[in-house]
Amino acid sequence: MAQVPMSVDELKHMAAAIRCDIIEMICTASAGHPGGSLSATDIVTALYFRLMRLDPQNPRWPDRDRFILSKGHACPVWYAALAERGFYDKSHLGTLRRLGSILQGHPDMNKVPGIDMTTGSLGHGLSVGIGMALAGRLQKKDYHVWVVIGDGESQEGSIWEAAMAGAKWKLDNLTAILDRNNLQNDFYVDDLMPIEPVADKWRAFGWHVVPIDGHDMAAIVTALEDAKTRKGVPTMIIARTIKGKGVSYMENVCEWHGKAPCREEADKALCEIRGDQEVQP
Amino acid sequence: MNNNALLPYRHVRAEIVAMLSTDDLFTIAEAEPTRASYARALLEIGERNPMVVVLDADVSKSIGTNKFAEKFPERSFNFGIAEQNMFAAAAGMATTGLIPFATTYAVFASLRALDMLRNSIHYPRLNVKIAASHSGITPGPDGVTHQGQEDLSIMRSIANSTVIAPADNDTTTLAVEAAVAYDGPVYLSFTRDPVPKIFTPDYPFEIGKAVTVRDGSDATIIAVRDLTAHALVAAERLAGRGVDVRVIDCHTLKPLDVKSVLQAAEETGAIVTAENNIFFGGLGSAVAEVLVENHPVPMKRIGVRDTFAESGPYQDLLDKYGLSARHIVKAVEEVLERKKS
Repeated sequence: MAQVPMSVDELKHMAAAIRCDIIEMICTASAGHPGGSLSATDIVTALYFRLMRLDPQNPRWPDRDRFILSKGHACPVWYAALAERGFYDKSHLGTLRRLGSILQGHPDMNKVPGIDMTTGSLGHGLSVGIGMALAGRLQKKDYHVWVVIGDGESQEGSIWEAAMAGAKWKLDNLTAILDRNNLQNDFYVDDLMPIEPVADKWRAFGWHVVPIDGHDMAAIVTALEDAKTRKGVPTMIIARTIKGKGVSYMENVCEWHGKAPCREEADKALCEIRGDQEVQP
Repeated sequence: MNNNALLPYRHVRAEIVAMLSTDDLFTIAEAEPTRASYARALLEIGERNPMVVVLDADVSKSIGTNKFAEKFPERSFNFGIAEQNMFAAAAGMATTGLIPFATTYAVFASLRALDMLRNSIHYPRLNVKIAASHSGITPGPDGVTHQGQEDLSIMRSIANSTVIAPADNDTTTLAVEAAVAYDGPVYLSFTRDPVPKIFTPDYPFEIGKAVTVRDGSDATIIAVRDLTAHALVAAERLAGRGVDVRVIDCHTLKPLDVKSVLQAAEETGAIVTAENNIFFGGLGSAVAEVLVENHPVPMKRIGVRDTFAESGPYQDLLDKYGLSARHIVKAVEEVLERKKS
């Protein structure tokens, strides 16, 4: 089992391992969403192997930090991170989307140990996180709630309902991370329905906004650690990312939002990822 | 216990029985909107159960949950006019063990925020209580946009749902208490307009168990929420014509009390359903589904036909849209004709 909290270098290795898991599971399933899983990988890795207070043996520990992947279609990254963190055996990853599997096409909190909230329909997760953060405050628990939302998802009106509520209640036990990969199902976010100036919008809604390179592990860790300790205001980390990050033919290519690589493509992807970073045994 | 002198009525207050043969039930009987009964019940439950929290969406003064906010400010959360956010946040709270009562009007709960109800509350089976006022065409004067005439049908169609629509004030209190005791999502449907206080304190409320409130052998009226009062009036009028009608208060639409429905079909041979709700997919449909597969008998459904209503005084609206006692009487006479032939 991996030792946590990890150093930045160790996190980079783990992110590469998780990227390989993602490619392998989506290839095996012949279905799934690689692009948005790969863009969120570095963020999710930093959370699960450095920032979050967790106990894989006690997934519903009341004092644990909560994580919500509001863009639930990217769940391969969540499933891989939980498996690598020891919540369940890695053999489950080969069952993604199969009949009877715990790993549904979109995450089901009642099937998978460590999944804190069922997601899939966009625009729910940040609101759910607000409920968890309010509940933590009311019950005098010091857990932190982390929510990753998508940039396409930010077109949902409910995201902005949640934005208002997070600021109203000054939820400093809540941090949102925007996976700003600029691609959604149909096309580029900036062209389809622009969300810019997105940092200004969150600032105007009353959040502390931290723009970062969402693939710079040191920057991710610094931003997350700052968000965890900042008082009196919720933080929005705008992580500029690349959809399909780590696999050259997937990077910034819209079609890889929801397409599975064939075996040959998967092998090429695995080579590229492993070439980038030596995967630890 | 129920005074035997009141038989064939059961659990019905003596003053109410005395009014059934007149028009007084809807004019001078003591009455209260069930939304107000709900808000009052919460105050008391909040005292006993520290896990109960109340979420509002800018209609707390209308529903009366502002009183909970005054008494328990730290357990009250007003989300503003943002029902989607409120219901998903309620789901998040429920994951921590809190028991949120997310409160708004039926149209907003069952329609505007339905995606949150389905995917974030019912699919993960989270312990959220969805409290919906202004169900049916009970917000008479407010008109169509605020008349939640589909909520029972919509909520019945969601997997993992429990749907409760109490008929009067005391049974509303019992329904709220039962909802707290039940672990899982519960949709509670309340009226905006006053409904008469019908029942005695011995009313045996249990989720999923319909209550026979009048014995009878010729036909059965199965009613829900505010039409139970009209069903009782209809039964009394029919008794005057020598027709002996059973009345069932079907406070839980889902899970439906299949046993009581089939027993009524077998013992009385004719069924009329009565609901202040669109007549697609609600109580009438639920009963028809059971009968047609198990024990078909002549049946007729009272409900809002394929139309929207309009603004108007509540009781006048019920009458115009075919939901009052006289319509129920006519429906019973029709099924009795079919039963004979």
